[in-house]
Amino acid sequence: MVKYCSLFYSFLKIGGFTFGGGYAMVPLMEREFVSQRGWLTTDEFLDAISLAQSMPGVFAVNVATQVGYRLRGVSGSIVAVVGNILLPILFILALAMFFRTFRDNHYVNAIFLGLRPAVVALIAAPVFTLARRLHLTWRTVWIPALAAALIWLLGVSPILVILLAAVTGYAWGKFHSPSDQSDSSDSSDKSDKSDLK
Amino acid sequence: MLYLKLFLTFLKIGIFTFGGGYAMISLIENEVVEKQHWLTPEQFTDILAVSQTTPGPIGINTATYVGYTATLDAGYGTGGAVAGALLASFAVVLLPFVLMLVLMRFLSAHRDNPTVKVVFRTLRIVVLGLIAAAALSLLTVESFGVPGWNRRFVVSCAIFAMVFILSILPNRKRDFHFSTFHFQLNLRPHPIALLIVAALLGLLLYA
Repeated sequence: MVKYCSLFYSFLKIGGFTFGGGYAMVPLMEREFVSQRGWLTTDEFLDAISLAQSMPGVFAVNVATQVGYRLRGVSGSIVAVVGNILLPILFILALAMFFRTFRDNHYVNAIFLGLRPAVVALIAAPVFTLARRLHLTWRTVWIPALAAALIWLLGVSPILVILLAAVTGYAWGKFHSPSDQSDSSDSSDKSDKSDLK
Repeated sequence: MLYLKLFLTFLKIGIFTFGGGYAMISLIENEVVEKQHWLTPEQFTDILAVSQTTPGPIGINTATYVGYTATLDAGYGTGGAVAGALLASFAVVLLPFVLMLVLMRFLSAHRDNPTVKVVFRTLRIVVLGLIAAAALSLLTVESFGVPGWNRRFVVSCAIFAMVFILSILPNRKRDFHFSTFHFQLNLRPHPIALLIVAALLGLLLYA
């Protein structure tokens, strides 16, 4: 049986030393859980990743919940989640305190003038890389475009857009030939097929 | 009551976020900047920069920072602000955590259900729109300066173009050979490397 402290330590390490958001944690988690500690098989790990992606919430926390639960049940998942978010929270808290006293500093201000356009670019870039990975076609590209327009131009709440998408997707799957997308674990095969037709 | 509002807002943000931290940004921006006015658009972009250069999930980072800043600005003092930060971080993970535990039992049996698959596929595509909206809503005077032939705007556009182009390069390792040296380099630089370059450019050009 996996000890709580080794579970905690593993997630503390992963949470505290991965920069650049949840997805940057994936290779680290794989090395830690699959190759080094042997807590999960590669298939189990990939299942955990895809489930974490399809569930709401913070991606890394979703993975932690699953791994902790698999190893030690509910208490294990709590240990894993707390371990995963503890260092980032402490780090940001320290930074928030420090940052406020230096915000009006001339040099800090100059740094942020340079950082702001870079941050916007870093957020815009995944739209294109993810579109490539999801195999968006001209038949489906209007969906994210419409969602963006609703939120950005009309000020519709993103929550409403997500709910609308879930309901539409549900209705589509229910009434529109469900045999079309019955195979394989990869969710992108639907658009691949419509390309071939 | 600010604490209750913080708690409920981040509860909402947590449960309605699909597809990772970047999709969360448009939601957080909508709630925190436009609805509650806890932060200015300028402060919000700065938080994004800060949380992209610090470890951990971006959703947790922003929750912690917003919780701290909002309560401090409302005059609660440092202790109260730390409590606000912890509360917001707790709220953002609470519902997804519970839902995950409940669904781990059920969904593993239904994951190959075609209807479930179509719903998730639709959500994943719509999430692209959410991320695009987040990027578009950040195209502001605060981030880029006043449009025109002034130094701030031109420099901002140049930094944007550089970071954007480098970030959409294929995420693949390439081999390089220099006479006897042989090394591997990722075509797409790490986001932190890009942010450090942008920070240095800012320091160089504006300070």
